[in-house]
Amino acid sequence: MACPATGQATRPVAVLTYIIRRVVGAFAMLIVISMVTFGIFFVVPQWAGATPEAMAARYVGRAATPETVHLVAERLGFNDPVVVQYGRFVKGLFAGAQYDYGAGVEQCPAPCFGYSFISGQPVWPDLVDRMPVTFSLAIGAAVIWVLAGVSVGVISALRRGSFFDRLSMGTALAGVSLPIFFTGMISLVVFSYGLGWTPPGGAWTDLAVNPLQWAYNLLLPWITLAFLFAAGYARLTRAGMLETMGEDYIRTARAKGLRERQVVVKHGLRAALTPILTLFGIDFGLLVGGAVLTETTYTLPGLGQFAILAIRNQDLPQVMGVVLIAAGFVVVASLIVDLLYAVVDPRVRLS
Amino acid sequence: MRRKTALAGAATAALALVLSACGGGGGSTQQPAQSASGDGAQPAFNAALTQVFNPSTKKGGTLKAANYSDWDSLDPGDTYYGYSFNFGRFYWRTLTTYKPGPGPDGNTVVPDLAEALGEASDGGKTWTYKLKSGLKFEDGTPITAKDVAYAVARSFDKETFPHGPSYLNELLDWPKDFKGVYKTPDVDYKSAVEATDDTTVVFHLKKPFASMDYVVQMPMSAPVPKDKDTGAKYKEHVISSGPYKFEKNEIGKGFTLVRNDQWDASTDPLRPALPDRIEVQVNVNADDLDNQIIAGDLHLDIQGTGLQPAALGKVLPDPALKARADNPTIPRLWYASVIPYNKPLDNINCRKAVMWAADRVANQTAFGGPVAGGDLATNVLPPPIVGQEKFDLYATPESKGDVNKAKEALTACGQPNGFETTMTYRSDRPREKALAEAMQQALSKAGIKLTLKGFPSSSYFSDYAGNVDYVKSHNIGLAAHGWGSDWPDGYGFLQAIVDSRTIRPAGNYNLSVKNDEVDKLIDQASAELDATARAKLWVEVDKKVMEDASILPVVWAKSLLLRGKGLTNIAYNEGQSMYDYILLGVE
Amino acid sequence: MSFLDVKDLKIHFPTDDGLVKSVDGLSFGVERGKTLGIVGESGSGKSVTSLGVLGLHKGGPAKISGEIWLDGEELIGASAEHVRGLRGKKMAMIFQDPLSSMHPYYTVGHQIIEAYRIHNDVTKQVARKHAVDMLGRVGIPEPGRRVDSYPHEFSGGMRQRAMIAMALSCDPELLIADEPTTALDVTVQAQILDLMRDLQREFDSALIVITHDLGVVAELSDDILVMYAGKCVEYGSADDIFYRPEHPYTWGLLGSMPRLDREPTERLMPIKGSPPSLINVPPGCAFSPRCPYAERTGGRAETEAPLLAETEGGHLVRCHMDRTERRDLWENEIKPVLETQ
Repeated sequence: MACPATGQATRPVAVLTYIIRRVVGAFAMLIVISMVTFGIFFVVPQWAGATPEAMAARYVGRAATPETVHLVAERLGFNDPVVVQYGRFVKGLFAGAQYDYGAGVEQCPAPCFGYSFISGQPVWPDLVDRMPVTFSLAIGAAVIWVLAGVSVGVISALRRGSFFDRLSMGTALAGVSLPIFFTGMISLVVFSYGLGWTPPGGAWTDLAVNPLQWAYNLLLPWITLAFLFAAGYARLTRAGMLETMGEDYIRTARAKGLRERQVVVKHGLRAALTPILTLFGIDFGLLVGGAVLTETTYTLPGLGQFAILAIRNQDLPQVMGVVLIAAGFVVVASLIVDLLYAVVDPRVRLS
Repeated sequence: MRRKTALAGAATAALALVLSACGGGGGSTQQPAQSASGDGAQPAFNAALTQVFNPSTKKGGTLKAANYSDWDSLDPGDTYYGYSFNFGRFYWRTLTTYKPGPGPDGNTVVPDLAEALGEASDGGKTWTYKLKSGLKFEDGTPITAKDVAYAVARSFDKETFPHGPSYLNELLDWPKDFKGVYKTPDVDYKSAVEATDDTTVVFHLKKPFASMDYVVQMPMSAPVPKDKDTGAKYKEHVISSGPYKFEKNEIGKGFTLVRNDQWDASTDPLRPALPDRIEVQVNVNADDLDNQIIAGDLHLDIQGTGLQPAALGKVLPDPALKARADNPTIPRLWYASVIPYNKPLDNINCRKAVMWAADRVANQTAFGGPVAGGDLATNVLPPPIVGQEKFDLYATPESKGDVNKAKEALTACGQPNGFETTMTYRSDRPREKALAEAMQQALSKAGIKLTLKGFPSSSYFSDYAGNVDYVKSHNIGLAAHGWGSDWPDGYGFLQAIVDSRTIRPAGNYNLSVKNDEVDKLIDQASAELDATARAKLWVEVDKKVMEDASILPVVWAKSLLLRGKGLTNIAYNEGQSMYDYILLGVE
Repeated sequence: MSFLDVKDLKIHFPTDDGLVKSVDGLSFGVERGKTLGIVGESGSGKSVTSLGVLGLHKGGPAKISGEIWLDGEELIGASAEHVRGLRGKKMAMIFQDPLSSMHPYYTVGHQIIEAYRIHNDVTKQVARKHAVDMLGRVGIPEPGRRVDSYPHEFSGGMRQRAMIAMALSCDPELLIADEPTTALDVTVQAQILDLMRDLQREFDSALIVITHDLGVVAELSDDILVMYAGKCVEYGSADDIFYRPEHPYTWGLLGSMPRLDREPTERLMPIKGSPPSLINVPPGCAFSPRCPYAERTGGRAETEAPLLAETEGGHLVRCHMDRTERRDLWENEIKPVLETQ
């Protein structure tokens, strides 16, 4: 009789090797992403016939003279081959860089994502500065959407076909389909400018300064963002619950004399939540890389708004910085999900 | 374009202004004598165009302002946005500035740091400005002529300050080996600008130039203390010479201005400095910004270019909201460049065919109609430009185009069956896209087949419509375009878009006008010292360009501005072509 | 009255297509220490019956009528909460396919502990000790270590033992085993059946074994109930069913009974056709379309439902054919064929 040894996958050594392998893979992916971003930025304009000066012309004022454009092209290094420019970027990441601001030279310690082509501000401090906003937004919204989405999904599944089920699934469909800039703008007009319940767009207070104000300011963005996600989670939870509640082990749990609440939560939901965990990890990872639409709609100075501005301004160092940070978050999130998966579902082996 | 300044080219107007400014004891604002605290003003459409709306002298409160984008730079030596010039006067003072307040003389200049307007000598090659006494920076150190001269000199370095205008780089007689105050700190730049004593700034020009007073209203003349100058980082903390100074400045997010206690109101009759505090948010969602102005959460849309389409749809049909709006004509032309680089548009008759075939009304509609868009334009210079004349060389029935005349022109061009070409537009600008479609439809009636191509704004001039190689290799014949005046005279408006000598390989704003006669007339007009004669010459330039058929005017733009709730002392200023920010107060 | 006494149990499910009469007037009883086998093809209503006894249809869409008396207490009329309190404690169930019947995310020990602690107010430590003890008693080696294993880490037989341990953890007086050996290979089947027999003796509980396989009940049962289309078609002692069966359906089951001395895939006398739909059951004998002897009833099979009638001493048969005819058929046609196997 075959009796496989237990706990094989969760042995520390195996887990460590797994993590190391994943981290190495993640680094490789980040390198590819950075090269692709860099390539898009330089190669596409070159296909369209852009000279270094033509590219530099984006970063000067109106009616700048050819001399000014040339100086700027030179300062931004556009005259060098793309490979050299990429090398400079990578060197900045690992060894730091220097920035000549006219009246002096500033050291930019590693990891140096460079200086904005537009504002001349170092990119890394800006990214760090904006992380709390995005984290606040993502975490608050995540709490709401997971709680709301999962509970609605569970109730809908248990009362399948009821009025509640039909109403909430209809709402969920709307939630999935309606874009944030629509729901966000509508809720601002109604709740902020109409009823005056919530602060206007652009309200942001640091958690450390005033937690109550922090939460109050973020309430509407949280709910708007959560609405979008909760909808999907409700639908997924409902489907998952319908499936698990039909499983044999649910019948077993009932046959043991377990109370229905425990049957639903401990046996049904526990299993239905596993696919949701994966989805959540990816969603959350993407979100902390920048809740682009929500931040833009509500004028929240987070990574998403930063990304949009960087792209709109074609500000390569900022684009690189925010792309790599966002990709890094997704990679980390998916690694955590995979590790958690092994914890949640004992049948999963890390390999 | 987004930036503008104004230079009232008319010397007579300038002279009149000098008189009124001196005689009037400094002409602060044109508010009625009974100036209350601002309550009870009856809102009405266009109420702030000809007079101060809701006048007030009440000090205190916080002015809440927002910008849907961000400054190019807060540094006076590195900025070129019209709103930046306007708003910057909260924290800087320049040698001269536009006369604050509403009405037609808002586009004339008055002394600010200077005691009087500039004194020209050497036939207009040397300009001397005397500073007022009692001027101080925010740290209490006196503002001297040296600080002004240094500020002008530092703005020369376009590698460090690539954004600002380069008029002074071109006009002044800079030493050959001068590369800027940082790279060549030892080179004396007194051949261009110098402080002959603590209160005297002297500019030395390469050739006579009559309108120096209008150039020095630009912020390059705002003083910068040399020992506080940090080059490209100076924008993080500009040392104030105006009534407000920076309390905090988070670049990319916003900043707060508070009262500068070293500013002496007695040296500055122009600025009532009403609010105690000015809070500015940047990169605010444009539609939300409008909503906040409508709702009263914000006082001021700093860009001052008007409401977004979404808000227009809300404001215009609502009488109560419309009563809070002003609808001025601004010195801006939306147009289509008719580009002579490729066959058959190198033939003037083919260009004329485009002129005749275009449906001007459809084009105006594409740009938003008479209120949101602007008046139907028949020639290049917009009405707010000094001396502008309206004429129409291509008048058609009801301005809807004339297919027969277009076909005649095509026959004269040797293309009786029409031709094919490409029209570009900025894909992120729906109105330009609508214009391109209107043109496509109208021109097809005459047999001219247009292919439409949209490109992003950010690289439109550098890589596409303004890139000569691209235009030539991709058979670009038409390009949607728009231009706002740097200052409201012929030179300020026309020079950059019709002088063929400004054309370079990439980044052009003159996309289509390549005409020796136009260039000759420009030189003539720039050199003409008599303002009336000069204005006439600029009208000649306008006519010559229209004869050349290389610009198809669409609309003379109007903006729709909304007065913020709780805002006092609001007046539209012609020179700024937006509300005069330094007058504003809050209830 | 027996320890478990089921009288005229009906469990009907309303569906969009009509009423599904899964169990339609079933009566049986089991004493403590005795074993009842319920036999039938899948879809005959066996499992629905067992779940009905446990009260697992309560609160669902099913319409239940009749009486279920357990130790002198009627369960159909009792509150759901009361029946829940009995489940797992007074009556427990062993399910088929323990891989899907045990929660994949919890250890075997956890699931036994949970079952024990629902009905016993003890600490986790005590419950754990009990779980290890139970695993040992069902024959799992190294129970102290295996208690922390997950179901997927067990082999099929071990899982079934663990499932039995879980069901027995609260010392139930009524144990229902639903296809307890179906998912197992033949040698393991025998071990499990031995185990259940031993345990039943040890715990002196009433046991109901539900199966499609007469071979299973042959080894365990005192009485056997043959079910077809929601109804009992033959009921009697194990001897009655194996040596004196009178219903053609039972004959069919006997004919398709796997034996240890035969290849399990061999089926000599399979029953033709498939069980009828339980929606809108036609009048007449439900088995008649598949019955080789239906024409002997002279058309009654199609029009008239046969009654369950005593043939002798507690042996009940539901058939239109008369007793003599049935015995003749058995003795002369069926039995000789079966014996030549």
